[in-house]
Amino acid sequence: MFEGWDAVVLARAQFAFTMSFHIIFPAFSIGLASYLAVLEALWLATGREVYINLFNYWLKIFAVAFGMGVVSGIVMSYQFGTNWSAFSDKVGPVIGPLMAYEVLTAFFLEAGFLGVMLFGLQRVGPRLHFLATLMVAIGTLISAFWILSANSWMQTPTGHAVNADGQFIAADWLKVIFNPSFPYRLVHMVLAAYLTTALVVGAVGAYHLLRDRHLAGPRVMFSMAMWMATLVAPIQIIAGDQHGLNTLEHQPVKIMAMEGHFQSHKDGAPLFLFGLPNQSAGRVDYAIEVPKLGSLILKHSPDAPMAGLDTVPRENWPPVAITFWSFRIMVGMGMLMLALGLFSLLMRVQGKLYDSRLLHMFALAMAPAGFIAVLAGWITTEVGRQPFTVYGLLRTVDSASPLAAPAVASSLIAFIIVYFAVFTAGVIYLLRLMAAPPHPGEEGPSHDVPIRTAGITPAAGAVTEGAAR
Amino acid sequence: MIPIDLAIVWAFIIAFAVFVYVVMDGFDLGLGILFPLFPEKRDRDVIMNSVAPVWDGNETWLVLGGGGLMAAFPLAYAVLMPALYTPMIAMLLGLVFRGVAFEFRWRTQRVRNRWDIAFFGGSLLATLAQGIALGAILQGIHVSGRHYAGGWWDWLTPFSILTGAALVIGYALLGATWLVMKTEGALRDRAYHLSWILLLAMLGAIGAVSIATPFLHVQYTQRWFAWPNILLTAPVPVAVAAITVLLLRSLAKKYDYQPFFLTLALFALSYAGLGISMYPYIVPQSITIWQAAAPENSQIFMLFGVAVLIPLILGYTAWAYWVFRGKVKPESGYH
Repeated sequence: MFEGWDAVVLARAQFAFTMSFHIIFPAFSIGLASYLAVLEALWLATGREVYINLFNYWLKIFAVAFGMGVVSGIVMSYQFGTNWSAFSDKVGPVIGPLMAYEVLTAFFLEAGFLGVMLFGLQRVGPRLHFLATLMVAIGTLISAFWILSANSWMQTPTGHAVNADGQFIAADWLKVIFNPSFPYRLVHMVLAAYLTTALVVGAVGAYHLLRDRHLAGPRVMFSMAMWMATLVAPIQIIAGDQHGLNTLEHQPVKIMAMEGHFQSHKDGAPLFLFGLPNQSAGRVDYAIEVPKLGSLILKHSPDAPMAGLDTVPRENWPPVAITFWSFRIMVGMGMLMLALGLFSLLMRVQGKLYDSRLLHMFALAMAPAGFIAVLAGWITTEVGRQPFTVYGLLRTVDSASPLAAPAVASSLIAFIIVYFAVFTAGVIYLLRLMAAPPHPGEEGPSHDVPIRTAGITPAAGAVTEGAAR
Repeated sequence: MIPIDLAIVWAFIIAFAVFVYVVMDGFDLGLGILFPLFPEKRDRDVIMNSVAPVWDGNETWLVLGGGGLMAAFPLAYAVLMPALYTPMIAMLLGLVFRGVAFEFRWRTQRVRNRWDIAFFGGSLLATLAQGIALGAILQGIHVSGRHYAGGWWDWLTPFSILTGAALVIGYALLGATWLVMKTEGALRDRAYHLSWILLLAMLGAIGAVSIATPFLHVQYTQRWFAWPNILLTAPVPVAVAAITVLLLRSLAKKYDYQPFFLTLALFALSYAGLGISMYPYIVPQSITIWQAAAPENSQIFMLFGVAVLIPLILGYTAWAYWVFRGKVKPESGYH
């Protein structure tokens, strides 16, 4: 009995660990693929060399990030079977087809055109090459569509029935795909990917502007990234608010955990700015709260009553402290992004966008903010969904494979060791690529022959490494 | 309207996806396995460049095979994956190493050798794991109710090690004949030489697996040798012999393209042999394709996508291969 419980916890840890690593790369490559398509379109439209330089510069970074996303994604797709076989048997008929459509419509599109995008410019010419870039960018968005549809269905299941074998089956595919939380989740995630990428691009631009504020490439990328932050950060906050209202309607218990509402509030719930949720005592310790603000945000009315976790059986409580804190981290990052966008707008109208060292340092410091927000947001929504894999219908403990704990433990250890070794190296190589500024005549990986140097001939590679030291 | 047996249709689709994976990722895993035999840095660069633009697409077929199995035969997926737990994890970790090596080995001068080792080790591990998984499936899996009921070391037997070794040899042969097709000069000569050795080894492996398989279960024996089945199964070994003759001839005459495509034909025949042995089970001796099949509306829903998208995918994949056709030349990359 205890052993079975142990294997479930280990399988959850493994899923959380591998997923946390994985989600970083799609978040980055969704945004970067679109950015590359924009850069190439600008180059084709204007003929300005700076755009193709930037394209080739970010293409190398994209190749490394995409490779890591692919390999960590293959792990995810098999983990459903290895660690969550009961879930796969019961839910496979519904979410299996959604994921199969992701493979058929997105993964093949990305992978099929990636080679041409990376190495084919000389072979197919600029127009067909742009088509390949566009296909890769569209592929990343289609991928987001299907995987978020599958995830959203697990959060807000609709359009299904249960058959004699205890399997979920689709009664109405349109209702399954376009389930109630899906549009909100898709918009929130795609915007998050765009912001995450913009913050990295902006930070790289800022880093090089801090060294030399006259470099053409860094000026262009910094300006583009700051426009993105200025325009999209406020939109994302609105989208997040709408997503929150949707969650309140369909997953109220998750909202209770996010807000730390152990108690029901008949005439207006407070907003906890700080506090330590105490799950066993069912209260928030050391709470600093603003009265009625919680109701105002969630119900847009200060006196609206809010039910708390005291209305929910304890065995259905999610882990409150994790959900509460990850939510606050995400929101905090969002506020910082808003501040960066507004600050850059102020500098821009004053004509000091490329001269304000304070802005550049702020932008540089914000490089990881998107990743942190994506991870925190993912933790909020996934931990807040517990103890269910299919919300309200299938419990996490009933989803796991019939495996012995040592099997799951040893695979978890193997994943930790391998991921840290491989992805540490990957991040070092990415930082090394970013540490050198894009230069005029930036070589793309677009030779006559597919040389996977991504433009780094042995000589240029030595230069890059020299610059990193 | 004639009723269509969706389970059979889907069994063919999944089998097709897995086969495309085997031949496409097979040759690029094989290149990794051959890496230690080509110690020169320039040779390794050429070998890697010969697949760099297409390996992502090759590996996507593995995701389709796994994802499609979950969608079309969720019960089989739910039983097989825990049964093959260790080989599957090993395969995934191997694929992680070799996948990132494609990007990473160009990014470093100092530790390039480490990524070469990762490329080799990852390719070997993934191949061995796939071969072992195949053997473990063939020898049968303990099932109770809708769950895997065996231990987590059941997959490890002399037979599964034999199939693991056989696949390593087979993928290496695919890799060697791919190099014959895609390279020139001393590198190609080396690949010819290796193709000879690996072909002989592969014939030995096919023979060993073919002899061992009927001993696993009486059903396999009956399938292959009982009258009148033998009328249907006999063409397989006959075709293997014919292809082998052609392959030996093409190697002797030093043809560029024939060895690779004839090796693919050998793979196709071996694969068909596996299908003949297993049918109609998807988990041998336990679960048939009809028992494992997903509800009809899931299978129909996906069938629309497959019918439209697989031809499209094959089309643009072929285009990508066409764009990068011809021999890989190390020098012209530095124009």
